[in-house]
Amino acid sequence: MGVNKRLSDAAGVQNTAVLMGSEKNKELLADLGVHAPQIDEAQPNDLIVEVVADSRQVVDAVLGDLDQALKFMTTSAPVSVWRTFEDGLAQKPGANLEVISIPGEYAASEARKALEANLHVFIFSSNVTLDDELELKRRASQKNLLVMGPDCGTSLIGGVGIGFANAVRQGTIGAIGASGTGLQEFTCQIHNAGLGISHAIGTGTNDVSDAIGGLTTLAALDALEDDPGTKIIVFISKPPGKKMLEKLLERLDQCKKPAICCFLGIDHLPDTHKKVKFARTIDEAVQWTIYFEDDGPAVSKPNLRPEELKWIKNERARWSPKQQYLRGIFAGGTFCYQSQQIMQDAGLEVYSNAPLEPRFALEHPDRSRAHTLVDMGDEYYTLGKPHPMIDGALRKQRILTESLEPQVAILFLDFILGYNASADPVGELLDAILEARQTASQRGGALTVVASICGTDGDPQDLDLQTRLLQEAGAIVFPSNARAASFCCKLLE
Amino acid sequence: MPNKIDELLHKPLIVINLGLKMFAESLEDQGVEVVQVDWTPPAGGDQELIDLLDSLL
Amino acid sequence: MDIKQKIEKANEETAQRMIQGEPVLVDIAPAGEVIPGLQDRMILHSGPPIEWARMCGAQRGAILGIALYEGWANTVEGAQALLEEGDILLGPNHHHQAVGPMARTISKSAPVWVVENKAFGNRAFCRQVEGRQQFGEYSQEPLEGLRRWRDIWAPTLRTALAKIGGLDLKPIMIQALQMGDELHNRHSAASSLFANKMAFAIAQADMPKDAVLPTLGYITNHNLIFLGLAMAAGKAISDPAHGVEYSTVVTAMARNGAEFGIRVSGLGDEWFTAPAPSVDGLYLPGYSSEDAGFDMGDSAITETVGWGAFVIGGAPGILSLVGGTPEQALAYSREMKKITVATHPTYLMPALGFMGASVGIDIRKVVQTNIAPIIDTAIAHKDPGYPIIGASLVRPPMECFKQALIAFGRKYNVN
Repeated sequence: MGVNKRLSDAAGVQNTAVLMGSEKNKELLADLGVHAPQIDEAQPNDLIVEVVADSRQVVDAVLGDLDQALKFMTTSAPVSVWRTFEDGLAQKPGANLEVISIPGEYAASEARKALEANLHVFIFSSNVTLDDELELKRRASQKNLLVMGPDCGTSLIGGVGIGFANAVRQGTIGAIGASGTGLQEFTCQIHNAGLGISHAIGTGTNDVSDAIGGLTTLAALDALEDDPGTKIIVFISKPPGKKMLEKLLERLDQCKKPAICCFLGIDHLPDTHKKVKFARTIDEAVQWTIYFEDDGPAVSKPNLRPEELKWIKNERARWSPKQQYLRGIFAGGTFCYQSQQIMQDAGLEVYSNAPLEPRFALEHPDRSRAHTLVDMGDEYYTLGKPHPMIDGALRKQRILTESLEPQVAILFLDFILGYNASADPVGELLDAILEARQTASQRGGALTVVASICGTDGDPQDLDLQTRLLQEAGAIVFPSNARAASFCCKLLE
Repeated sequence: MPNKIDELLHKPLIVINLGLKMFAESLEDQGVEVVQVDWTPPAGGDQELIDLLDSLL
Repeated sequence: MDIKQKIEKANEETAQRMIQGEPVLVDIAPAGEVIPGLQDRMILHSGPPIEWARMCGAQRGAILGIALYEGWANTVEGAQALLEEGDILLGPNHHHQAVGPMARTISKSAPVWVVENKAFGNRAFCRQVEGRQQFGEYSQEPLEGLRRWRDIWAPTLRTALAKIGGLDLKPIMIQALQMGDELHNRHSAASSLFANKMAFAIAQADMPKDAVLPTLGYITNHNLIFLGLAMAAGKAISDPAHGVEYSTVVTAMARNGAEFGIRVSGLGDEWFTAPAPSVDGLYLPGYSSEDAGFDMGDSAITETVGWGAFVIGGAPGILSLVGGTPEQALAYSREMKKITVATHPTYLMPALGFMGASVGIDIRKVVQTNIAPIIDTAIAHKDPGYPIIGASLVRPPMECFKQALIAFGRKYNVN
């Protein structure tokens, strides 16, 4: 019967039967209205496979695949058998890493168990207390184990993506990051520039706070310094705590390999640390990397390309007089943050539900104001609901809501590909994008859609296709969030 | 003494995944040895029952 | 002794009673003759108590079938009217020391297996297993089958049984477990062994050919005949284990098509019920999950005493019926160890290194680990009038065990 299920699940198949050629079964088939000379001739030890499908091709395809289908037993009872860490360890006694994504209130005790058993841990769960995080990391430190997290979304270890990660070429660039999407953006751009990543180690959001003291970051740094396969070390996060920043810079100063820091939200580093290269955006971090690795050009602010200037002119020309505001609807928290920083540097006032400064906080996350960038991955939107990286339903709604305001001129979006992300991030929002643009044109204006895609040619979602779909829907697409944000600034000049 | 973090970076990963199945699946897709554990909190997280069990078990 | 110790002691006692069970087939008699409390116009059904109005399609079909078979009505509509007006009494098998598979319906003229637990002297009853009426089919053919059982096969077997003075079921079951049976859905070995013994008994009993031949034809051609005996044995084994103060061990698991219910040794006659889970499994050609009715029957008495899905690790052959891999089957048996109290010393599984069957489901452990016992079950059609349509592995709703645990806390005044 298991084979029967597999066959009947195939597309275009209306009905199947797989049974032994006993008299009783032949009667059963006759009752179902199935007659054929082969059935009459079948012996009790023969296996009868009957297929009714939409077309001859489907029938042939299914019967042609029969040997494969007969080989595998499908399991129908959707029951998982392992319920505890102890069960898992009994199954894989040689395990060296535990990935934890259970509710936050239980994550710490499970992580503790893993460390006791000498496993490294990757903790995706959030809402673990700082006290617990510190205790775990101290314990790990004593045992020379790595705690990636809590609230860690991404790591790439030896070419393997853990959590939300992209298919990235292996190479000599090492990265350490407190931000999941930050690491994703960095590693994708490295791959797209023809280089590769040795390891990208996620530390979890709070690692570089003064409370935690960067225990994972420092351990990762030591490891990448020791790793013969890593030539350059790049660090990406939001601003560390004050004491932590000092500590980190001192350590990086002693680093035997070239080190690059990208602290989104910090203007510049204190002068005393000239050795460490400072990048203002993730893109700059990539440029510095290429500079060191490939003898690339010195880092500079990219000028607009000729076609980009043309786009700016065309888009602005089609706006109605009322249109003046930008609305960003982000899946990646880091992209929301970086974009705010870029826009603020350009002299624009930007509001957000995850603002750079408290005075730019939205009164209510659902109500945009002037230029607004919304982080749809914020807890307000994800409590009890899937993250926007996995499911675009809420972003779709927000796009339509924003399109109702005649003052909106630019829609700014991010799309993140890779393992565990939605199977079709662009597809999920296409209808809403088209509808929003139509609403604007009906009002006598035009909605400019600017988008960035974070992904590589190796990702399961097909980067080319996603890009094309967006472009065909009238969006201006960039391979990096920083460039997309800069473009938006130019649009608003 | 062998450095365990160095080993993590250079030896094949063997993973125990506690929680979301999709993380185990994406690891499997990359050829990594992984066991999926469908973890549930004791008594399904029900505090009243957890307290009762404390007295009975 | 604090309450934890009292519970541990009570559970051990309960499990020991189950382990000590010695089921022997002593008779095959019309239900009206042997079943306590079975009244003239009464039909016993499977699962916890339920009224006609709330019964599901398949169970109603089975009951209509019995009403016709007993001759209380001549038409389906007539039978329906009697039931709607309450002219026919309904009651659960379990309240009358009986069990029945699927919609299992027992009425006075239906011969039942009579199994005595020699260790404690109590008896239990179960109707014969067949593939159609018990699934709610009430056309002429299945009712004919019921009549032939009543008039030819059962009386013949009864005489033969009397000739040999009863049949010890335990040795058959022990052997069957080592031959790939699990005593819930796969009884090929046990049924063969049973047929062997009964054929010899029939031969010794010297009865006319026109009784002997059809009966031999029946018992040698029925892969599941032993299920009825296994169920009666299970009931005979678990009844003495019921009523142990402080025990948290389950002594009955049953479904009536609408609800799943459990009974606990230390909690008296109360049933703890929750809506029966819908079953998704593998289906015979022509059927799909849209046709499936709810899980039904008393056959989970087998899992209650440690057989069935609890020993599926030793029965890889059943896997093709319920859709699991051999590794998964072994894993289930190991999983059950976590929620049970004891291991049987003589019901063993060779495939698991002769591990003993897990006995005594502990509601505390079930709730804590969130692991419900696993049951392998046949799937009925949701409407009356169809035979078996598929099979699957199911778990009772956790709600039953949680309710029972809370009731336990209240009864024994646990703060």
